[in-house]
This record gives sequence, C-alpha cells and structure tokens, in this order.
Amino acid sequence: MVAIENIHKTFGLTTALSGVRFEVAEGELFGLIGPDGAGKTTLFRILVTLLVPDRGTATVDDLDVVRDVRALRRRLGYMPGRFSLYPDLTVEENLTFFASVFGTTAAANYDWIRPIYEQLEPFRHRRAGALSGGMKQKLALSCALVHRPRVLVLDEPTTGVDAVSRAEFWENLAVMKDSGVTILVSTPYMDEARRCDRVALLQNGSILEVDRPAEIERRFERRLFGIRARGRRALLEALREHPQAHSVFRFGDSIHFAAAGADLRPELLGTYLEERGFHEADVALIEPGIEDVFMERMQRV
Amino acid sequence: MNVSIEPSVRITARGLTRRFGDFTAVDAISFDVAQGEIFGFLGANGAGKTTAIRMLTGLLTPTAGEASVAGFDVYTETDRIKRNIGYMSQRFSLYEDLTVRENIAFYGGIYGLSGTAISDRSAALLDRLGLGHVGGHRIGSLPLGWKQKLAFSVAVLHDPRIVFLDEPTGGVDPITRRQFWDLIYDAADAGVTVFVTTHYMDEAEYCDRVSVMVDGRIEAIGTPAELKDRWGGASMDEVFVLLARGAA
Repeated sequence: MVAIENIHKTFGLTTALSGVRFEVAEGELFGLIGPDGAGKTTLFRILVTLLVPDRGTATVDDLDVVRDVRALRRRLGYMPGRFSLYPDLTVEENLTFFASVFGTTAAANYDWIRPIYEQLEPFRHRRAGALSGGMKQKLALSCALVHRPRVLVLDEPTTGVDAVSRAEFWENLAVMKDSGVTILVSTPYMDEARRCDRVALLQNGSILEVDRPAEIERRFERRLFGIRARGRRALLEALREHPQAHSVFRFGDSIHFAAAGADLRPELLGTYLEERGFHEADVALIEPGIEDVFMERMQRV
Repeated sequence: MNVSIEPSVRITARGLTRRFGDFTAVDAISFDVAQGEIFGFLGANGAGKTTAIRMLTGLLTPTAGEASVAGFDVYTETDRIKRNIGYMSQRFSLYEDLTVRENIAFYGGIYGLSGTAISDRSAALLDRLGLGHVGGHRIGSLPLGWKQKLAFSVAVLHDPRIVFLDEPTGGVDPITRRQFWDLIYDAADAGVTVFVTTHYMDEAEYCDRVSVMVDGRIEAIGTPAELKDRWGGASMDEVFVLLARGAA
C-alpha cells in the first residue's frame, strides 16, 4: 500500500533523511519510532505530498507522491503533529468543514467515523479550542478520517499526552485498523512500538531496524540483566565498572545491564555487587524491549 | 500567614487552591518537599499540574490555602521566590537564534550574575557537559538532547535552591533522556530540590517521591515503591493509569 524507496532529504546543511526505505502492506498498523529530530515528520510530509524528496521515490496506493498529488490526497488522511483544527469553530463545524474540502459530508460518512466521533458527540457544539487534549485528538482523528481515506498518516498523535489518553488513542487506532485502513503513525515513546504490527526505528535520518516488534527484540544479541538494589547513582557506577559491562542504563525501578561476553550469570553479578556493599541485590536475566534495542543500535552508529 | 516548617523543607503547601470562576483547577492540595529531594509531580493532562506550578513559582495568586517556596510566601514574596528558583520546560528553554554562550550570558544577566561570574560559570558548565566546542554555535543548530541539557544547566546557573522542570525530556532520545537524569541527580546531590513533571512513567520511578494529581486533587503521594505497594501495580505506569482512570 505504501512503498518508500531510498528517500533522501536535506535542509541546507542538515540531512533530514538519508536512504530511507520500507514498505507498508494494506491494512497494516505501522509505527515510525524515533526521538525528535530523527526525521519522522519530514518523511511523513513527503508521504502526504507536502514536501518533495531530493532523491528517491515514494508511492501510496501505487500513486507517486510527486507526480500524482491531487489523486493521492483524496486517499490520504493526515493528522499533523501540531493541533491544526479551527479553534473558533465548534466540533461539528470542524468536521463539516473537513468533509466539504473533500467534496463529501459528515452525514454520508457517519457510520464510518462513528466509533471515534461518538465519544465527542456530547460536546459537538463546543468550540474546538475549548476541548481537553484527549478530546482535541479525537476530533483531529475524526476530521482526518471523514473522507474515508485508504491510508491514515498520524504524526506524533500521543506526544505530550498523558498515559491514560495515550492508551485510549491506541485503542481507537485498533478500531480503525479493524475497518481496513492502513495506518502509519509516528511516536517518540518506545513503549508504543508494541501496539504496532511492524515498526521502523529511525535515528538521525536513517532506519536502524524495520520489523515486527517481537522480531526486533529477538535480534538483541547480548545477555541482558535486570538489577534491583538499593543505591541509585553508586549502583549504576559500580555496574558500569564491571569488566563485562557493555552498556548500563536505568530502566524505571531497575537497571538494565547488557553484558559484553556470553558467560556472565546472574549469580556472578550478584556476588560482584555483594562484594561492593550492595546487599540483597535482585539480579535476573531478562528479555529486552524495543528501548533496549534502540539504545544498542544508537550506540553502534 | 505563618506556616511553621523545618528549615530543610523547601516547598510546603497546605490546602493550596485555585479557582477560575466556577471551576476549581487546584483543589486544596497539601504536601512538603525536602531539600535535595527529587519530587515527581504527576497527573493527567488537565489535572491541574500547570496551575499548581504557576502558583508555586509566583506567577499566579492562589484563591485559598498556604504555600511557601524556599521559605518565601506565595502571596507576598513572589519576587523573592522567582530569584531563588530555576525553571525550565520543554516549550520554553533557550533562544534559538543566540549562540550557546550568548544564551548563558543572557540568562546569567537576568539572574543578576556579574560578568566574571558569568564567564567562569559558562566555561565550567560547557566543560561539564562536554559542549565547549559548540559554545559559538547557534542553539537552533544543536540536537534537541543537547539543547535540553544546556537549558537545564542554564536554569541552575544562578545556584537556585529549587528547580522546577516541566516535562523536560519530552521527545528526547532514550540515551539523552537518561543523561538528563544524571544532571538531575547531580543537582539533587548538591542540595538542590528538584520538582519535576513527566509523561514518561519510567522517569516517575527515578524520583524520591511522587504525587499523582487527579481532577485538581492529590490522590496519592509517596515513594514509587510505596505507591506500587498500596495500589497493587507492577510499575508506576499501572499505578498512574489506575488512579487517573478512576477519575473518569
């Protein structure tokens, strides 16, 4: 449904994208994961025909993003990173407006947008500017969907949004995916990768990995230990001094220790800590997550 | 207005309230933050965090209740509060069109530091962050992670006793995010009280204590371990969702 082939884009001296390539199948929920400045927005703007790449090609539904602009736009729903609805129009007026831009009406597409829009209906006469953050997002999603696009492109819909609203937003995306829309969504939150069928990890304009989240995690080739013990900084520093320390990072209430060699065992690490005065440390071999992989790949670049 | 407090308590709030018309944005919150403590101030969007921070930083007068920050009263001593705190947020940090050194000099000037103090601290700061080589670069040309680390260092340039950090790591890559927390720990070890908000729940675990605000009230307060224990969550993420969903 979406094919991106060797896309390059520079702005002055800054290289935003260098040789990005991946494909997204019809009906897939595809995540573009990376921090600010990785190139997520630039790539999405190219896909929705707002920017022209320096090199490379991209097609959506077999239409070229440079040559077939007009035909392509009808098939795309785009939700930019910044809130881009009309704050002085009501919820209903915004929806009517975006439908009319595409030569349709909200009424004709009501069943299609209903799973998202019905959560907003009690507020349909409220000005969009007066909605809460989570409600604004639902309205923006409804407006991006109202002309029944085949592909939805959502640029960081969950940035700056609290954990509860984030979870709700992903539930809504799952509903839209079930109705057959192909969805591309970008996020700086690594933990959201698991909500996607496949993800691309993007850093400094280059793809680090593209695959199903579980496959990416499986490719983490080091033994990874999770350590819980008293002592914040001192514990981290003691672990970084371990001869087998490849990388040592805080991870919530524990520390993740990736070993340089293949023979380190939890008991050995426990003894090492005991000798340095960290008693009753809880050390276990753990499965890596997307964030572990991301940091590992970042350090390699 | 006499809140009697231990000298080591840096922030105290008792029944702190702010109403806008009929709407109570902050509803009688009470808490203490000790010197050198890292206090995570959590809450859903719209729960009232920003309003509470604006009162604590002397930008908004409370409707009711009492609070003191660095020993100064939030009603009558707002100027002294502003001089004794540092502040940084994701949205407001440094001037993109000024160079790194110009930004440091500008903020040093605002905080009333002398020319020599500014140049000494500027050099020390850039050295500590390993950014000496970009001192003459425009802020706008630097990666976000570097900017955020610089913004933090500038926010504590005048040696404030308390620093308020409003979502300081939003959008920052995972390695830089952790380096940012090293800076926070350095500051706390040096006795600075850190008051921080974040949407990353792994970062909530890095705090000494956290509070969770729901609909204007503090619904839970304690160490991350205590909260997980009390609410039966495996992580702060679970605890947060449990508390915030309960509101709806």
